[in-house]
Amino acid sequence: MNKIVIENLDLYYKDFKALKNVNLTIPEKEIIAFIGPSGCGKSTLLKSLNRMNDLVEGCRITGLVTLDNKNIYTDIEINMLRKRVGMVFQKPNPFPMSIYDNIAYGPRTHGVKSKAKLDDIIEKSLRDAAIWEEVKDRLKKSALGLSGGQQQRLCIARALAVQPEVLLMDEPTSALDPISTSKIEDLAVELKKDYTIVMVTHNMQQAARISDKTAFFLLGEVIEYNETEKLFSMPKDKRTEDYITGRFG
Amino acid sequence: MEAINTQSFMSKLKSFKSNPFSAILFILVMFATTVTFLTLVFLVGYILVKGIPNITWKLFEWKYTTENASLMPSLINTIVMTAISLLIATPIGIFSAVYLVEYAKRGNKIVGLIRVTAETLSGIPSIVYGLFGFLFFVTTLKWGYSMLAGAFTLAIMILPLIMRTTEEALKAVPDVYREGSFGLGAGKLRTVFVIVLPAAVPGILAGVILAIGRIVGETAALIYTAGTIAQIPDLMGSGSTLSVHMYNLSKEGLYMNQSYATAVILLIIVVVINSISGFIAKKIAKE
Repeated sequence: MNKIVIENLDLYYKDFKALKNVNLTIPEKEIIAFIGPSGCGKSTLLKSLNRMNDLVEGCRITGLVTLDNKNIYTDIEINMLRKRVGMVFQKPNPFPMSIYDNIAYGPRTHGVKSKAKLDDIIEKSLRDAAIWEEVKDRLKKSALGLSGGQQQRLCIARALAVQPEVLLMDEPTSALDPISTSKIEDLAVELKKDYTIVMVTHNMQQAARISDKTAFFLLGEVIEYNETEKLFSMPKDKRTEDYITGRFG
Repeated sequence: MEAINTQSFMSKLKSFKSNPFSAILFILVMFATTVTFLTLVFLVGYILVKGIPNITWKLFEWKYTTENASLMPSLINTIVMTAISLLIATPIGIFSAVYLVEYAKRGNKIVGLIRVTAETLSGIPSIVYGLFGFLFFVTTLKWGYSMLAGAFTLAIMILPLIMRTTEEALKAVPDVYREGSFGLGAGKLRTVFVIVLPAAVPGILAGVILAIGRIVGETAALIYTAGTIAQIPDLMGSGSTLSVHMYNLSKEGLYMNQSYATAVILLIIVVVINSISGFIAKKIAKE
């Protein structure tokens, strides 16, 4: 089943056309990887899926994006959309508050007040993000005291705490060391049982290792979109082949 | 064992021989630092030496009389004046800064105008504020010389200061916090009040401390608006703060000793306020 459908999407920053006629379907409970050189529009497209681009001044979008067949720009209230389509950012960005409050922020935003229920959500989210064992004794301590890799998993837990359906990950491991990176990759594979995951990555091995489907972007266009295995073993487009064999980018 | 990465004073001198310009610069910066430091030490020391012997219990009696120039009424007025001015100016200043940083579009012309206005306002001599307060609050609104007229005048005076420092503090809050909050489906209001403002509190408090400094040290604006009577008035009565009181005591040269004693108390108040605010800022930053 298709979770997200993108049709004829164009995106402009003022006069610059950053995305050109993008058409993509994102199936449910799979990992989709966006790859491509810097500035090719993959992060921009990701941010269009939960309307984070609305915060960018001078950004204009045309076309259609649907979540479960509903237009995300007209038929879904923006905060509800962002609850359903969670996001993990490139740089870990825990709030300057305790680990507990970081995770509780989302549920509290959406009206969960009971302490017992919050406790449950927090334990479950932290367990799902594979960081519970490391932080369970210091929930009241500041989240800023965690290492970079822990902070990123905390941010994943924070995103999970609002029970999203889709998880957008914008180069979630680019600021992390190899061990933290592999933890996050394992986690992503684990999470796709319950969530649809869209991940932007600069790391082609990462895309090859964990994603089910991969889209290759170049200069604002989707050049090729296919099963990851096929895209990496026999790319149809010459440009895709050049990129994945490291001839440019 | 001796550390190998330290430089003895002698070897430093030697290195200057080959590089005389560096030596001159070194002497210059040391000299400047010493002058700055000694000025402060001399000033504070002078006031303490002159003032401390004159601090007596009589100075803290409730009533001011010509025989006993008690500073107690002024001390209480200072605290009241500070509290009312801050109560008026802090919320308005913080909220206007929130509008400028969080709500107004970047590059908005009106925002630029407001910013220039605020900067100009903070550069105006305080006696001009005093004159305005006199003409508007005291005369036009018929409040007379009163604590309230003084407090409103001071509030106007510190408003741009609080707004500007809060604005800078809000701008210093990383955008990734806002993104993180919006990304979880939180609205603007919640993002600003739960995430951004708490993160900006240390910066905001720094502005409030500066504002307190200006209130406590203000004389010109208050002489015109709150008057100079050394009594504990109600809000619509005239009363002098410590600074004004000092001015009164010293202007005729009759109560110089009491004036020095008042200066010591003023100094202590400022130090106490600063350390309390610093303590609060640290406490909040830790949480």
